[in-house]
Amino acid sequence: MGKYVLKRIGLMLFVFFVIMTMEFILVRMLPRELPVDKVQAAAIASRWEALGYNKPIMAQFWIYLKGIFTKWDFGTSWYIDFREPAWNVLINRLTPTVLVNLYSLLFSIPLGIGLGIFAAIKKNKWQDSLISTMVMVFVSVPSYVYAFLVQYFLYFKLGWLPLQLYSVADAGGTYFSWKMFHSMIAPILALSFGEIAGLCRFTRAELTETLTSDYMLLARTKGLTKSQATTRHAMKNAMVPILPMLISSFIGILGGSMIIEQIFSIPGVGQLYIKSITLFDYDVFMMDSIFYSFISLLAGIVVDISYGFIDPRIRMGER
Amino acid sequence: MEEKNLQNVYIPPEKFVFVNEGERLTDRKFEDKPIGYFKDAWNRFRKNKASVVATVIIVLVVLYAFLMPLLNNRYDSRFMDSYYAKKAPRTPFFRELNIGILDGGVDRAFSEKGLIKAIAMGMAAEDWDGTGDVTLEEGLASDYQPIIEKDEGTEVKKGKDVSITYKARIDAFLEVGFMYMSVEQAEYQRIRDWEEETGLHVLYPLIENNEWNQDVNDANFWYKTKKSNPIYLNEKGKAKTIEFAEGMVLEDNYKRDAEGNPIYWEYTGGGSFDNAQYKVRVLYYNYYQYKNGFEPSYILGTDSQGYDLALRLAGGIRLSLLVAVCVSVINFLIGAVYGAIEGYYGGLADLLMERITDILSGVPFIIVATLFQIHLSAKVGAVPSLLFAYVLTGWISTAYRVRTQFYRFKNQEYVLAARTLGARDWRIIWKHIFPNTLGTIITSCALAIPGVINSESMLSYLGIVKLGSAGSTSLGTLLSDASAIWTNYPHLMIVPALVLSLLMICFNLFGNGLRDAFNPSLRGVED
Repeated sequence: MGKYVLKRIGLMLFVFFVIMTMEFILVRMLPRELPVDKVQAAAIASRWEALGYNKPIMAQFWIYLKGIFTKWDFGTSWYIDFREPAWNVLINRLTPTVLVNLYSLLFSIPLGIGLGIFAAIKKNKWQDSLISTMVMVFVSVPSYVYAFLVQYFLYFKLGWLPLQLYSVADAGGTYFSWKMFHSMIAPILALSFGEIAGLCRFTRAELTETLTSDYMLLARTKGLTKSQATTRHAMKNAMVPILPMLISSFIGILGGSMIIEQIFSIPGVGQLYIKSITLFDYDVFMMDSIFYSFISLLAGIVVDISYGFIDPRIRMGER
Repeated sequence: MEEKNLQNVYIPPEKFVFVNEGERLTDRKFEDKPIGYFKDAWNRFRKNKASVVATVIIVLVVLYAFLMPLLNNRYDSRFMDSYYAKKAPRTPFFRELNIGILDGGVDRAFSEKGLIKAIAMGMAAEDWDGTGDVTLEEGLASDYQPIIEKDEGTEVKKGKDVSITYKARIDAFLEVGFMYMSVEQAEYQRIRDWEEETGLHVLYPLIENNEWNQDVNDANFWYKTKKSNPIYLNEKGKAKTIEFAEGMVLEDNYKRDAEGNPIYWEYTGGGSFDNAQYKVRVLYYNYYQYKNGFEPSYILGTDSQGYDLALRLAGGIRLSLLVAVCVSVINFLIGAVYGAIEGYYGGLADLLMERITDILSGVPFIIVATLFQIHLSAKVGAVPSLLFAYVLTGWISTAYRVRTQFYRFKNQEYVLAARTLGARDWRIIWKHIFPNTLGTIITSCALAIPGVINSESMLSYLGIVKLGSAGSTSLGTLLSDASAIWTNYPHLMIVPALVLSLLMICFNLFGNGLRDAFNPSLRGVED
């Protein structure tokens, strides 16, 4: 197992390095724009010169890698937060993203799995067809349509929730205040509909498969009641694919949803990405890009490894 | 009991006869027509009601997207009227019926003076000859009365002041009312001729520029006002506020000549007879008819710039579908070839190609799309660079499926037989193994379409893909146009969001139906 994990991690690091190289080259090839303000432009241009931004791209990449390994320096933000290290800019925006997505997951996991189990047990009855139809609709509709619906009904018609996220100053200087949570309810809801539906569909599919397996018949014949057999045998086996999926969702909360952050003006990682493009802040853009790449790779590898731990028969990618 | 009886039955040997005596034994011919793979899939697909309905809806939406520009002979994609921007859906027919839909109506709360201003538009419309003796009842009965219906008003106390608020439904098109325009002499004459011909009125008396005219640019204050409250002058020449009540008469403030006749035009500049500019006051609803030859009729309303939303929507659906289908087909081709080579040859080729897909699939799509847009959109345009972005990583899942299928089939006996008979690799791949993968690929292509539509609209909503110009729009662009103003004009958001959701649901149902249909293990399973 240890060898397998090491092999997977090594492979992941290699892929990550290649992706990072490609992204670096593509980002550095972009024409850099200086601000209109002449004093600031001169200051930035001289900093760029000193940091080696005008050297050949491969030399720049070497400087970049050296900066990361020696000083944990991923470049500097020039427009979003003037001369703030790109790493800090990103880390500062992680809290709201993680909070909103974490709340949404905590809300949708029990509901989604619960509904999925219910639908699987009531398979082919009216409850199941109702849930399945709803799931079909909710999985298909894009998340920002929910965002508009939530805004329209809960803000515009009923006035229960604010239109957008409060700023930290408004909400008492911290992301953990009650007022902040109140303004987070709208994006949490908008994120949760699709999440619940997806989880419900997945759980139902897995559980119906295990419920019709031969070992369930055996369990019933040896005298277990239906609920005993379901909880002891079917649920355990159904969890094999569900658990890794949950783990990957928990890693996914780091990335968050760009469009939801944009609609509810959450000052998170996704909004930073859009901002860095529109403001031509390429060091931050680079930072955010490799962050996203890393997360998606991490989610993939953790899923593979956790499969290996949960069900040792499966070793993804092993030949 | 029965078994015992059977054992005791005695059949005498002479009763035995040969069944086929004198006949040749041959294979029977099939009585039914053989059912092929695709026929079988079609039979199963047909039984799935939801998928069939979804397919019908998709066909209808596609028909709408392609036929709408042809059916609509009044507006083309460039027709724009900025005064009628963001207006609610309206057709003259339904406005006449007055049943609460498609009447251009918007529900709004009015203050007393706001309500009077709206009603006064209808009153002024009836008073084209500027006599000023039009009554409230005549105004309310006018065809140009913007107020469709109103309630009795509720009193709102704010400190000492008591004001009345009316809830009313107002026709957003007629609400535009009057406006000042600058026309040439010849144009003025043409409008007059048109008025004579149709009996409709475009030109209305100008308004005096005096102390009772609060806003000289607003052509709707044709009555005397003070702080935009309507007033009358009593015997001592003092201004008194007119309150909204039955039989209300407003004092007109028209510009009149020495004999008291209203003035319809005013010379503003220009030299000769031809290009002299006249300032005139027009009723915009009729001016629109004069200009275009028809009444404004928008079944889905107008968008934020004044284009017909129904047409823009058709354009958006066209673009989204076009991108989705292109991506799907290209991914089909690349994925099939890549996956086939990978799966058939295996070994080192497979290992190397797998690493390439590992790397490509490791890059999040949004980053690929962004980089392609920034690098390429200036050179080849936004849509092609979007296509490139999709094609770069989109085929991976197809290739993966094809590879799995090849692993399953390549060691089967019939492939071995084909090889023994001397078939080349290329022939074995495409003739013998590939048809087995068709079902899964078609399914994955169909299921890729909603994904592409979704991410495309997301990218253009976020502004990463900027389609911009009037000719090309996408559903995401419509949504992002509406995003800042939609709380006041909900139809701008509701219509594209609804169509987008409908498309997504239908394509998913269609794809699921295909998946079940192409799965032969579900043959005969009825549940």
